[in-house]
Amino acid sequence: MNRTIINLITTLALAILLSTVLPWWSIMVAALMAALIVPLKKTAAFFIPFLTISIYWGTYCYLLSSPNDFILTEKIAVLVPFGGNPYLLIAFTGVLGGISAGVSGLLGKELHEALKGT
Amino acid sequence: MKYVKLLISIALALGVFYVLNTQIGPLPPLGKFLTPVSGIWQNEKDEPTSGEIEIPGLTAQVTVHYDAQMIPHVFAENQHDLFKAQGYLTAKHRLWQMEFQTHAAAGRLSEIIGEGALSYDRTERRRGMGYGAEQSIAHMEKNDPETLAFVQAYADGVNAYIDQLHPRDYPIEYKLLDYKPEQWSPKKTALLLMYMTKMLAGRDKDLEYTNALRLIGKENFDLLFPDFFEKTDPVIPKETDWSFINVPQTKAPQQHALLDTITKTIEKPHPDNGSNNWAVSGAKSLTGNPILANDPHLGLNLPSIWFVMQLSTPAHSAFGATIPGALGVISGFNQHIAWGETNATRDVIDWYKITFNEDRTQYQYDGGWRDVDFRVEKIHIKGKATYNDTVRYTHHGPVVYDKSFKAENARSGYAMRWIGHDGGNHQRTFIELNRAKNYTDYVNALSYWDAPAQNFVFASTEGDIALWIQGKFANKWEGQGKFLMDGSDPANDWQSFIPHPFNAHTKNPARGFVSSANQHPVDENYPYYVFNDGYETFRNRVINDFFRTKEKLSVDDFKALQNNTYNLKAAELIPHMLDKIDPSGLTQEEKEIFDEISAWGFANAIDEVGPSIWKLWFEKLENLLWDELENDAMALPKPYAYQTIHLLKTQNDHAYMDLRATKDQTETAEDLFQLSFKEAAKALMKTKHEKGTYQWGAFKATYAGHLLRGLPAFSRFDIPIGGGRNIVNAASTNHGPSWRMIVEMTSPPTAVGIYPGGQSGNPGSRYYDNFIDDWAVGTYNQLIFLQSPEKTDAIVGTQTLIPSSNE
Repeated sequence: MNRTIINLITTLALAILLSTVLPWWSIMVAALMAALIVPLKKTAAFFIPFLTISIYWGTYCYLLSSPNDFILTEKIAVLVPFGGNPYLLIAFTGVLGGISAGVSGLLGKELHEALKGT
Repeated sequence: MKYVKLLISIALALGVFYVLNTQIGPLPPLGKFLTPVSGIWQNEKDEPTSGEIEIPGLTAQVTVHYDAQMIPHVFAENQHDLFKAQGYLTAKHRLWQMEFQTHAAAGRLSEIIGEGALSYDRTERRRGMGYGAEQSIAHMEKNDPETLAFVQAYADGVNAYIDQLHPRDYPIEYKLLDYKPEQWSPKKTALLLMYMTKMLAGRDKDLEYTNALRLIGKENFDLLFPDFFEKTDPVIPKETDWSFINVPQTKAPQQHALLDTITKTIEKPHPDNGSNNWAVSGAKSLTGNPILANDPHLGLNLPSIWFVMQLSTPAHSAFGATIPGALGVISGFNQHIAWGETNATRDVIDWYKITFNEDRTQYQYDGGWRDVDFRVEKIHIKGKATYNDTVRYTHHGPVVYDKSFKAENARSGYAMRWIGHDGGNHQRTFIELNRAKNYTDYVNALSYWDAPAQNFVFASTEGDIALWIQGKFANKWEGQGKFLMDGSDPANDWQSFIPHPFNAHTKNPARGFVSSANQHPVDENYPYYVFNDGYETFRNRVINDFFRTKEKLSVDDFKALQNNTYNLKAAELIPHMLDKIDPSGLTQEEKEIFDEISAWGFANAIDEVGPSIWKLWFEKLENLLWDELENDAMALPKPYAYQTIHLLKTQNDHAYMDLRATKDQTETAEDLFQLSFKEAAKALMKTKHEKGTYQWGAFKATYAGHLLRGLPAFSRFDIPIGGGRNIVNAASTNHGPSWRMIVEMTSPPTAVGIYPGGQSGNPGSRYYDNFIDDWAVGTYNQLIFLQSPEKTDAIVGTQTLIPSSNE
């Protein structure tokens, strides 16, 4: 398996595991740890955790809201505001999670390189 | 170089963390709010209606059947378990609401929404809401430990729910405002009852009347604010014989009113808070069974003020509307009786001027000085330092207005005497009503009720109907408490109370029906002092005329009456005004509007334009007419619509008709009709331009607003319902029939009911607002009154509450 896939799986597994004990920023910790365990290069260091968590959060949101016909999601999408469009709110949530994980992955990479250098 | 990159990436990660973990603007920290693991996504569901739940302290298993409307039918072995289950289930469906309302009652909103609520909180504290709740608990501790134990069981039930609640399952409002639920306590139940008392009996106008009396003199005051109107159709029929009353009215002392100027007064509850209720006897009922109806008119909010339940033990079974935070059914029925309430609107708040000594530690009374009691109100404010407000208490009650609050004089203040502060055992009334079997039990249950004064309607399967105006009323001397009084004169104190048996009531009146719609309780023949405290004058006459003109009534007639949109107020003035309007003085556009209103049949239906024209016309007319009472320097009352209409029709040339703004002309009522019509026409054209129409439905735009300042995302707008203010179907813009119930006294009773909301308090549940559409068009839900814990076809889910095994 290539590093990318391993990083992806590690990030996802840690994110799910840590979310049971930590608040929302568990995804940031997961991405950071994954980057230290399975370092990625260049832009992949950002985009792999970004994609992993975006898809994780987005899918999770969809699975929670779809069986309930997006009743609440539509209302929150008025509040946030996305004109009441539930899909935009789901995408927004995914991207927020993705960015948090991405910058955290980036930090992991830099940290890994700094530690390696000493 | 790589350290620079490291530093940049640290800054980036911290930056993203900070932005998502901090409240920015009105939104909560977005990371916490939106994470699917514990944020709002977890609220995207209905509350569970099956499974087994362990609850500490239950003595036996409690079965909870849910029907398709998500109404819980609760079967417990005893009352202790019943009220514990009620607390648990109410919290399950309405936790945020019940806590928010008691925070509002206690003046604690600043804690959760910040400094913007400080003025509101101070008002509630100075009104003595917390003090009154404490008095009520003290009263129960002393006189009725049994009821207090039930209140405690309810609290334990609420707390059992809170203790089991994972933060991801907190109601969404907690996530939105980023706080968490606290423990429930009996005091919160007492606070809720204070909240109801304030809402229903808190709109006295003594201080406004005082200003008006000084400004316009006694003769004009009595003309504009008469104790009784020319036409009254009181709650208790005029022909009632009062000869059994043998305690006389208090003798009036030598008195003259204190003519202070009061600039600002505290915020009053919604002026339309009121209700309809009525019952017909078996003889006047098509089926031979008495029928009873109730529809309380309150603010249209989501989550709804009401939560419908069936509450049963082997000894009794009650069904109807409960209020989250209070025990038992408030408006409903059991196997034997049905009951409902309307507001009695009696003057139960009086104001006393207090004169302090130099350092404001004592006040004048009976030629000497008495010590002031101090109560320091600590108001916690989200993100700010705690605000301490010292409120001075006299034997009358709290000095609401003084130099630190809405008044200027350093050495004086105004103290409030309110029956709500006297402590009471109001919860007992509902507990007793829920298990009452007949008229005697009903009267006994009411004897515990002090405030807010209510018209309790009653019907039984035995065939009795009745209506008691119940509250603890001071036996006032003629004129007492209409205006500000001198607080140093003992003669001004409330001297005694009207004994409970002498409260106005009627049982099985000859006319075959009882009814109340917040009108005058009695006529002049009742031997105690009752003055016009803002009584309703239109709905009651429509209701009573309906009963007088029909020989026999059915449940369908009751439905029609609750949804009746006849505008009596308009019908009493419009023909007169149309007569006086000079059409030649109207523009083409005005002429069209004139034709529209001329063609109107006085039904406030959503597709009519008449109601909109009338509403604006009368508003403009009142503003022109009462220009004499417009004064920024003091708080003034507006004369009642009934008297306004009466004067307009009978005193065309009265000095009040003249406009102050036009020095060189003297206007008459007829001039005002014409002027106000033109102003109204202008406003209507503007509405038409903006909304495309001024049909009543669009014009009125009824909505049910979320309790959190009408948060639009959680509110329902443009609800297509007719009716309006002073109309039997009292649905105005954000106020109206908050629960409609009709009970036929078959054995067991059969009932229908509906309210503008839904059983769930969760905006993410389909049961949050699912009743609204049916409510708007006037349809009802059949209430499924289960006669045993056996499951029937109507039951869609069963939850079992079982005693905790680890005890």
